[in-house]
Amino acid sequence: MRISTDKIISLLFFVLSIFYLYHTYQIQVFSFDEHAPFNAKTFPTFLAYIGMFLSVLYVVLPEKNPSKVDHKVLDYKSSLYLVIITVVYGFVILKVGFFLSTSLFLFFSYYFLGERRWAWMFVLSFPFVAIFMYLLHGILDVYLRDPLLKMLGIIG
Amino acid sequence: MIEGILIGLQTALSLKNILMVMMGCFFGTIIGMLPGLGPMTAIALMIPITYGFEPATGLILMAGVYYGAVFGGSTSSILINAPGVPGTVATAFDGYPMAQQGKAGKALAIAAYSSFAGGTISAIFLLFAAPSLSKISLSFRSPDYFALMVLGLTAVSAFSSKGQFLKAIMMVILGLMLATVGQDSLSDITRFTFNNINLTDGISFVLVVMATFAMSEALTIILKGKDPSRATQQVSLSELGSIRLDKDERNKMLKTIPRSSVLGFLIGVLPGAGATIASFLAYGMERNYVSEEEKQKFGKGSVHGLAAPETANNAACSGSFVPLLTLGIPGSGTTAVMLGALLGFGIQPGPRLYMTNPEIFWSVIMSMYIGMVILLILNLPLIPYIARVLATPKTFLIPLILFFSVTGIYLMSFNNFDIFLMIGIAVVATFLRLYNFPMAPLILAFVLGGLMEENLRRSLLISDGSFNFLWDRPLTAVILTGTILLVSWQVYKSFKK
Repeated sequence: MRISTDKIISLLFFVLSIFYLYHTYQIQVFSFDEHAPFNAKTFPTFLAYIGMFLSVLYVVLPEKNPSKVDHKVLDYKSSLYLVIITVVYGFVILKVGFFLSTSLFLFFSYYFLGERRWAWMFVLSFPFVAIFMYLLHGILDVYLRDPLLKMLGIIG
Repeated sequence: MIEGILIGLQTALSLKNILMVMMGCFFGTIIGMLPGLGPMTAIALMIPITYGFEPATGLILMAGVYYGAVFGGSTSSILINAPGVPGTVATAFDGYPMAQQGKAGKALAIAAYSSFAGGTISAIFLLFAAPSLSKISLSFRSPDYFALMVLGLTAVSAFSSKGQFLKAIMMVILGLMLATVGQDSLSDITRFTFNNINLTDGISFVLVVMATFAMSEALTIILKGKDPSRATQQVSLSELGSIRLDKDERNKMLKTIPRSSVLGFLIGVLPGAGATIASFLAYGMERNYVSEEEKQKFGKGSVHGLAAPETANNAACSGSFVPLLTLGIPGSGTTAVMLGALLGFGIQPGPRLYMTNPEIFWSVIMSMYIGMVILLILNLPLIPYIARVLATPKTFLIPLILFFSVTGIYLMSFNNFDIFLMIGIAVVATFLRLYNFPMAPLILAFVLGGLMEENLRRSLLISDGSFNFLWDRPLTAVILTGTILLVSWQVYKSFKK
């Protein structure tokens, strides 16, 4: 018997609901609230049981139109590159600062997605971020943390 | 009411707010035009920017973005048969054939005029309906609100996914689970934080919206980039043709617009229904009203067939503001995003908003109308230029969407954790979307989670832990009966197949 991915996702949702229920029981409510008609545990407990019921229902009921995904036409490689580069961007943005990290993030994202028009890639990264920063920091007075530009004396 | 309208006009007509509506319409049109990006993504991208503004200004900007994005979606439907949002799918039925006949300019003009007329008529309805409904909704109690939220979530699940009701309901539960992360609003007890201090205040609403819409949309576009069925058609932007309409075309529109406006508004008011259902129903209704000769033209470039869904989807947009402004309960994913933004401003929409913050209540209503006027003045002559956005290569577009998403979150917290959490949620959301698990019910549930728990708490405390509150009040019982009927209909539909 072959189980569809939709049903596997429902099973994962069932596991998530059990995990959620377990943590619901870990919530430490005040002693005077323990037997109250409603406390911090009540709503999550309902949610966990409803989640478990729905996922079991999905797994048990016959499936009329299971989702058909053709994995051969999906571009996992580019998506993975993009996720990795965004994670790296998230790591360095506070340390390196907004300008350099964002410009490099944009430049390399264009590159990994197959873009090779270098002039456009440059314009839509470094000058684009500089203009964006000017709008935010210079005109709208929105604080942008950038230790590098601060060290160079470009921003205050 | 006259006093309120004047207050609204005064606020909405200030130079700053007019500029905001213009900006909103312009950026909304551009974002809405890009295939895959709809009003929800457009509004989500605007939220971090609006936090620096006064509430009325922020809301006016978002209302402009909303209408702009709906109009932008119609433009991509007509020009490249790629509806930006489900609400403009019906527009493509006759808009795209018209464009193929070399009448793209005409089709865009019909869409613009119909949108304007539909929006105007329903803004007038809203003007009268909202205050009256506000007064009625003052009699609503906690059990009624709880029942109404259950109905809203069920309705959104029923309508947002084709035959995938169970999946949608699971997404509702997931959204409610995410909403419980952080401190309990009454006892301040932390829940599901796993001793992580970053989760103590809960998960940011903007973070969830950005992750499930903007970011996951970008990842989905890249993931499906090689799918031949999604190959983007290139449009000949130089051959849009004239935007002038002849007398016959104008007469046809005049017959279609009033009935589609009324239908669109009424559908928009219903929780969960919204622009998509309104546009399809209006298309179907119009087909039944026209002559046999006109009926043959449907699907081949009919003026009636284009004007009806365009009028109805804009009318439904105004209608969907009725439950948001009067009950504080959004009826659609887009208005749920707006509710989140309102809460961010420290404003609780509901029956009392009409009395406590009349300037916000009225200025939003008035700015809708001003937004319509600006959309027509600004967009119609600029269509040939704005349409060039459709030629933006995705190699540039996707990184820019990611950039705006990450920057939006970074500017709010200056915290890496939020960025990583957003990426994590976006990856899961992309995977779920691939298997047709809808995201709109998740967002609506996430926004309503706190309010729902609060109203359930009050109801249970008043009834001393008994569930009698569900049928004690006739209003609660009626609303819950509606929910049961909706669920039964979904079950019947699934067995009938």
